[in-house]
Amino acid sequence: MKNKLLNTNYKLLLFSFLFLLSSCASQPKTLTVMTHDSFAISEDVIAQFEAENNMDVIFLPSGDAGSMLNKAILAKDAPLADVLFGVDNTFLSRALEADIFDAYQSPVLSEISAEFILDETYRALPVDYGDVCINYDKKYFAENHLPVPQTFEDLTKPEYKNLLVVQNPATSSTGLAFLLATRAYFGDDFLEYWKQLKENEVVVVDGWETAYYTNFSASSGQGPQPMVVSYASSPPVEVLFAPEPLTESPTAAIVTNGMCFRQIEFVGILKNGSARNLAEKFVDFMLSKTFQEDMPLNMFVYPVNQTAQLPELFIQHAQVVSNPSTLPYDEIAANRDAWIEAWVEAMK
Amino acid sequence: MIKKQVAIDSKNIPANVRFFLWLPAFLFLLAFFFYPLTKIFSLTFDFSTLTNENNLRIAFHALRFTFYQATLSTILTFILGVPSAVLFSRFTFRGKSLLRAITAVPFMLPTVVVAAAFNSLLGSRGLISSLFPLSSAPSPTFHFLLILLAHVFYNTTIVIRIVGNALSRLDPKLEASARVLGANTFNLWRKMIFPLLRPALLASALLVFMFNFTSFGVILLLGGSNFSTLEVEIYVRALQLPNLNLAALLSIIQLFFTLIFSILYTRTINQVNTQSPPSFSPPQKPKTFKERIFVATLCLLLSTFFILPLLSLPIRSLTRLEADRAQRGEIQYGFTTDYYKELFINRRNSLFYVPPFQAAINSLTYAGVTVLFSLALGYPVAAALAKPTKLDNFLDPLLLLPLGSSAVMLGLGFILSFGRLISSPLFVPIAHTIIALPFVIRTLQPAIKSIPDKLRQAASTLGASPLKIWQTIDFPILSRATLTAATFAFTISLGEFGAALLINRPEYPTIPIAIQRFLSQPGGLNYGQAMAMATLLMFLTTASILFIEKTRLNQSGEL
Repeated sequence: MKNKLLNTNYKLLLFSFLFLLSSCASQPKTLTVMTHDSFAISEDVIAQFEAENNMDVIFLPSGDAGSMLNKAILAKDAPLADVLFGVDNTFLSRALEADIFDAYQSPVLSEISAEFILDETYRALPVDYGDVCINYDKKYFAENHLPVPQTFEDLTKPEYKNLLVVQNPATSSTGLAFLLATRAYFGDDFLEYWKQLKENEVVVVDGWETAYYTNFSASSGQGPQPMVVSYASSPPVEVLFAPEPLTESPTAAIVTNGMCFRQIEFVGILKNGSARNLAEKFVDFMLSKTFQEDMPLNMFVYPVNQTAQLPELFIQHAQVVSNPSTLPYDEIAANRDAWIEAWVEAMK
Repeated sequence: MIKKQVAIDSKNIPANVRFFLWLPAFLFLLAFFFYPLTKIFSLTFDFSTLTNENNLRIAFHALRFTFYQATLSTILTFILGVPSAVLFSRFTFRGKSLLRAITAVPFMLPTVVVAAAFNSLLGSRGLISSLFPLSSAPSPTFHFLLILLAHVFYNTTIVIRIVGNALSRLDPKLEASARVLGANTFNLWRKMIFPLLRPALLASALLVFMFNFTSFGVILLLGGSNFSTLEVEIYVRALQLPNLNLAALLSIIQLFFTLIFSILYTRTINQVNTQSPPSFSPPQKPKTFKERIFVATLCLLLSTFFILPLLSLPIRSLTRLEADRAQRGEIQYGFTTDYYKELFINRRNSLFYVPPFQAAINSLTYAGVTVLFSLALGYPVAAALAKPTKLDNFLDPLLLLPLGSSAVMLGLGFILSFGRLISSPLFVPIAHTIIALPFVIRTLQPAIKSIPDKLRQAASTLGASPLKIWQTIDFPILSRATLTAATFAFTISLGEFGAALLINRPEYPTIPIAIQRFLSQPGGLNYGQAMAMATLLMFLTTASILFIEKTRLNQSGEL
């Protein structure tokens, strides 16, 4: 009996030793990248990068942007990954305050428009941007001979009663972006505006999926509302994923008069990570033309690298957002929770 | 000699054996449940939270709404569940086992799928609203009704199982003699059947209440923005509007109530089990006119309530709604298999493309490992609980605690406790096992207990070896219960309970993850593929549950 026990102990020891050994041997070659759930990349692009740099990249989708960041902050001392991608300008301050990133001034930054480089300490480097705008059902507006609203104020008119679905900013990043657009436009009076929207029976749901697939009339969910808060890039995506080839998108975005909010997403090297060299290479890669050109059709966002070409689909079907709303990221950080709480209170 | 040994074995398990029976499950829960929770609470819980008025107000509101909706949901579930329990335990009719299986399917489906099913039925272009056009604006009341309906949809099966089993174990002689003595149906139920059923009614009410109490996905997906239960509030405060102190306070409140319900539940369910198994009243064909009406009405009601939403998924996955956007006019409906074909195409050459077979195989593998884990851990505990001591009865409710702990907080605890290890694929079946374990133990325990000692003793007196006894008496009973327990663990894992716990590895996608990925992007193809995947999951689940039904032990009060 005792012998047997010893034997199993011995085996266990051997196993754990082998496990340690193997993990030691492979560790310098593996890079772990924490991302939000919407991250995507082409198989051949990442395979080529891995081959060229003799490393394995493991991606860890960790929930939406907010959940991912909170997990990263919680695990700060023993990080789950070496690189974190997907913090946007609404969360940037929290990431910087929690001090989860090491600075890295990538040489590729020279190819990137200065307007996107928000963090001058180079801890968070811009990767992509996108605009959160109201999308509308073209057919509905044409059939009902209803003009498409052009301003925030239009949305409070009786003809648009109960036609708009938005997301709860407390549970959704698009919802938060839209809230911030109204804050940027109306200043401190934004809650007054939301009360008017509420009067006009705006529909609030928990997240993008419900809003788009359950409430929005132009999606396959065939819901009741012909307007939804989504992205400026959603119309081309409708074309890409249409069951039958389409010449024209069934939806369009309202891109005028500051009604869109610009989200910029950042990448950073996590403090206390184990593979600084590999991490730097990966960050360079994310900023490079190759990745930046692969990104739009995978994540439906726009490249920040000026040398990157947009795909044909975007050129044909995406609308240009001329004057998106923005707010300084530190102002967002200082007020976001208070704004959301106030919004929740106002919409009750 | 043998005789003596058998007698000892069955009457009283020695303390040291008991210790080893509990050890694996105890260590498992310690490592993967209590330790991570302690870790996250010790970091985030702060007594100053208790003096913050705003926090207390939020906690009070959430608690009040949680109790309110759970009470209403439980009452509604009983209104449908108790007659259904009578239907299934007293009558036979064509399609009975299928209908019974179908009532159990929702319990195992992920919320995303159930929400999609409800929406494709009750949404503005769904079947119901095209028959009965409602006013355009869905009011908060409408959302609240949706929540309650979804809860009934999920939990009716619990009442059917527990109350139905107790009903079929009532001694038919009692009823017959009461009738002879002149009792009418009303008095019979009021004075005799209901009092006898009370433990079963109470136990099922507690379990249903507990599930409604910790409801999360249903509230979030169907409730709009106006409703938040404790679990929803914990999620918001832990991850979205970070206030981990408040999140910790809320989860402690939730755990506290879960513990109370668990203690009450284990007490009452044990009363159900200890009732002596009398002679059986086998279900019969409805004879009188009244009985026929009862059976027909209820069958129709149950079919409508359960089959319509479930059927809407496969229908939706095979229908093209918009034939041509450019041509304005009525929506055209058309049959298509495109969504299923599209599942096999990696259109964007994406690294995160989920091949459907791979997703199915991954889901099945995780489910298989979950079965192994939960049986290995659950068997010994069930054996100990079959002949419980005071200590066993004390530990019993703790096994149910994982059902009421916040997945979000446990997930954060995992991160703190295990660091990079949690991205190991092994953590998926581990997380599923935490949830599956109580079900497995609850299924095995009554079966082990039901093995009559007298049979064993008789066999050994007649000279059967212990092996022979095990082979001819224990095994036939336990094999069926084991199969049932295994299928429970299997479907729980398939439906990915507690998926929010984890960081998912894109290399090992599962069906629920694939559904989620499709639903997170615009485009008709994505929606269609999500429905196709959901249909696939539904069929896997239904097949598993039909399997449970076929092998179900008639005598045991499972769950």
